[in-house]
Amino acid sequence: MNFETIIGLEVHVELKTKSKIFSPSPNAFGAEPNTNVNPIDLGYPGVLPVLNEEAVNFAMKAAMALNCEIATDTKFDRKNYFYPDNPKAFQISQFDQPIGEHGWIEIDVAGKKKKIGITRVHLEEDAGKLTHGDDGYSYVDFNRQGTPLIEIVSEPDMRSPEEAYAYLEKLKTIIQYTGVSDVKMQEGSLRCDANISLRPYGQEKFGTKAELKNLNSFTFVQKGLEFEEKRQEKVLLSGGEILQETRRYDEKTKETILMRVKEGSDDYRYFPEPDLVPLYIDDAWKERVRSEIPELPDARKQRYIEQLGLSEYDAANLTSSKEMADFFEETVNNGADIKQASNWLMGEVSGYMNKHYKELHDLALTPESLGKMIQLIEDGTISSKIAKKVFAELVEKGGDPEKIVKEKGMVQISDEGQLREVITGILNENEQSIIDFKNGKDRALGFLVGQVMKATKGQANPPMVNKILIEEMNKR
Amino acid sequence: MSLFDHSIKELEAKLHNKEITVSDLVDESYKRIHEVEDKVHAFLTLDEENARRKAEELDATEDAGAKLFGIPAGIKDNIVTKGLRTTCASQFLRNFDDPLYDATVVEKLNAEKIVNIGKLNMDEFAMGSSNENSSFTPTRNPWNINHVPGGSSGGSAAAVAAGEVLFSLGSDTGGSIRQPAAFCGVVGLKPTYGLVSRFGLVAFASSLDQIGPLTRSVEDNARVLEVIAGHDKMDSTSANVEIPSYTEALTGDVKGLKIAVPKEYLAEGVNPEVREAVLEALKVYESLGATWEEVSLPHSKYAVATYYLLSSSEASANLARFDGVRYGVRSENAENMVDMFKKSRSEGFGEEVKRRIMLGTFALSSGYYDAYYKKAQKVRTLIKNDFDKIFEEYDVVIGPTTPTPAFKVGEKIDDPLTMYANDILTIPVNLAGVPGISIPCGFSPEGLPIGLQIIGKHFDENTVYRAAHAYEQATDHHTKRPQIGGAN
Amino acid sequence: MGEITKEQVKHVANLARLEVSEEEAEMFTKQLSSIIKFAEQLNEIDTEGIQPTTHVLDLKNVMRKDEPRQWTTREEALKNAPDHKDGQFRVPSILAE
Repeated sequence: MNFETIIGLEVHVELKTKSKIFSPSPNAFGAEPNTNVNPIDLGYPGVLPVLNEEAVNFAMKAAMALNCEIATDTKFDRKNYFYPDNPKAFQISQFDQPIGEHGWIEIDVAGKKKKIGITRVHLEEDAGKLTHGDDGYSYVDFNRQGTPLIEIVSEPDMRSPEEAYAYLEKLKTIIQYTGVSDVKMQEGSLRCDANISLRPYGQEKFGTKAELKNLNSFTFVQKGLEFEEKRQEKVLLSGGEILQETRRYDEKTKETILMRVKEGSDDYRYFPEPDLVPLYIDDAWKERVRSEIPELPDARKQRYIEQLGLSEYDAANLTSSKEMADFFEETVNNGADIKQASNWLMGEVSGYMNKHYKELHDLALTPESLGKMIQLIEDGTISSKIAKKVFAELVEKGGDPEKIVKEKGMVQISDEGQLREVITGILNENEQSIIDFKNGKDRALGFLVGQVMKATKGQANPPMVNKILIEEMNKR
Repeated sequence: MSLFDHSIKELEAKLHNKEITVSDLVDESYKRIHEVEDKVHAFLTLDEENARRKAEELDATEDAGAKLFGIPAGIKDNIVTKGLRTTCASQFLRNFDDPLYDATVVEKLNAEKIVNIGKLNMDEFAMGSSNENSSFTPTRNPWNINHVPGGSSGGSAAAVAAGEVLFSLGSDTGGSIRQPAAFCGVVGLKPTYGLVSRFGLVAFASSLDQIGPLTRSVEDNARVLEVIAGHDKMDSTSANVEIPSYTEALTGDVKGLKIAVPKEYLAEGVNPEVREAVLEALKVYESLGATWEEVSLPHSKYAVATYYLLSSSEASANLARFDGVRYGVRSENAENMVDMFKKSRSEGFGEEVKRRIMLGTFALSSGYYDAYYKKAQKVRTLIKNDFDKIFEEYDVVIGPTTPTPAFKVGEKIDDPLTMYANDILTIPVNLAGVPGISIPCGFSPEGLPIGLQIIGKHFDENTVYRAAHAYEQATDHHTKRPQIGGAN
Repeated sequence: MGEITKEQVKHVANLARLEVSEEEAEMFTKQLSSIIKFAEQLNEIDTEGIQPTTHVLDLKNVMRKDEPRQWTTREEALKNAPDHKDGQFRVPSILAE
């Protein structure tokens, strides 16, 4: 029997407001434990929440970017459960009136485009952080408590782990473009739970799903789902039954491990939060937020193809992060040729970043310096080969490419008289090569160009060297 | 005669004229406390050292127009005070020595230079109508210590009635200010929901809770409300309304005042002597030029059921934070995390608190939410509509505060439903969010006070106070003082 | 409805993280049953089309500006904790059963 895989994802994204969602404590990652807390975050008796307007704006922005309809009337609810990192023993969340609903994003897997539905986007507060000591105790740090969070719930529209991966990549890119979150999985500002079930092809009813937790990277999401796909298939083929369970992915064994079997659904006893009043989001508010959303990746990609004449592949790569796309456009604005700017960013720049695990903002390179360098290539001041040396300097130390070229004597030799003099000397010493060239051996020309470059420390203008070499050899 | 037989206004003049000092007032407070506390048990924590230091400080400064300069007051123990133990009369918080911050009302009182004498006894987490649910020593009624002072602000009412402080703050979720005020013969106001900040009030039922003053006179009450009322950015449910001068509204003039008397408020279940006292009071109003008519609050009989479902549901979430992680008492017998939660809570909470948490958890649980919680929220709408309709035609609603005078200690403790029924006349006011005051309107044959309840429109405390004040000026019930002791 | 079983009482107690003895479970079953039966009187009322009331005042959009403010030190945060170590709240291991 063949099975169809059904995957739905729940993604939590932390919003990077300056203060927390319901208290004025700073919202910052990486502080000493329990330093960014106040009695509100600690759930002290008598405290009350007051909603941070910016958290609402950010949530709306994200929901809009995910093509959601934004609620006009919305509110907050209490979700009740006991856990040491949940100080009030209820989380303020949204139950039946989420801020955004009915959204979608488009993914592209191996050239095939597909829309994935987004059921809802709702706003809530993050919990504190619980860690487990090796002394038999657990420890709680409440710095993260109250960080504004959006939960993005997808429709069960994904049919393979690859689609799930593509969905996450796309989701991350879109959110990153809106600027409302750092979406860094390693810092926990993006977290993902996955639901997966199998059903025989042709069957309408979904099978029982398992929930995967503790997925610390997009690759682990994909790998966990791949493992789970096979596990469930095996169980079903052997006549077994899939239980509704929560499993975690173990990065070492590359397997999913049972955490607990769910009995019925959890009873969170949601009810409207009496300490917060409802929100009424009128059209003017919605429009104000909508106007602040920058051009999103798909639109930008389309523009690059249609207006800048880039290939679909190049456009997709350049727009895969807002930082890259912004860098690219700035580089072009600084006078660089479009194709050259694209090639450099996707080639040398990306190569350097990958090799050194760095991001664009970590580099000393700026759009100004890259743009100027490309101009120097364009106007023949430096060769592409020299440019690589200039780039190495720019990316590490930064600076003005023109100055670097001058100070290090990297200016291309395009003076015809000077080149002819060098070439004459080289030809005099390499009679055999001239003969070879005349006998139709092209390699001889390459050898001679190499000799000229060596003599000029790579500064000779290559097209001119070619031209003069041929002229001079034909004279002989 | 005690210094506390004077109004705040009179004491202000005496302080200003240097006839007395703040230290005299604080001495008076602690002298009285030492005389009667072993019988009344109104206080859970006394802050004598700080109070005396503050009195000296105030005596060394000019009053500079502070509205409550040097006035000794007590604060109900579910209102947090920075650096001063706040227990909510619960064993769970018996070691909660520093709540880290002051409630907004405490900040406001301090800004007007009160002297905080201490924290007042109550039913645990404000759940109760007799103070018998205090997990420490229950407060007794100063008029007869064999009777309950009412609850949950029993300590707040008893301390004022016994002359231990000049005024106190209480909190009222279903009658917790008005009912003990009636039982102890003092003036207690539950303001309009949203008028006084709840920031720093340990939540029982967030959509119903309000802090209000308990005093000996209407004038003092209005003066304290002027200080504690007002918009607070820390409380999202706090209304952004202009605060009028409540004391200026006390004109004594109620000519033409239109009074509605709900027939349900004088129906069977209301003790004859209470009914009689209320009818007498209505005669006083008539003599002052007001008119009254019988009306109906048809849904008021559903108020108790509605209230217990809603308040217990909210309480089940509000009291979930008492888990033994960040403050309070943690059980020493816990084996693991779940065990720690269960044992700490079970050892820390009293029976009534557990019962309400259980009821609320049930009413919110899967499969029962619509039938109980949501149904009650809808009935709440109907109860509120009843009041809205009456207030289209009338200025105030008047009736008794409680069906009976203070009952005996132990009389109702074994049957929760009988105890809950005692709040039938006060609960609708909280559900509708309107203001209500209880003022003394006579005594039972056994010498126990009877309370008259005056209910007004949203944010119309002025009319409530004006009506209360006019009656008070025309009668002398408020001038009677208890002889602390037991008649039987 | 109108009745609550002892099993339900135990389930609710577990949700509310309360430990109840057999004796208490029995008492609560009796008391909660009578309270719930009492609450059943609400079913006499037709509430079709009636909006539920969560807030008696018609307030909307109460929000604050996104301005961070420090207010509590770590020492204060830990001051009332039953157990803490190295700046963190300490609890029995959630892994232990």
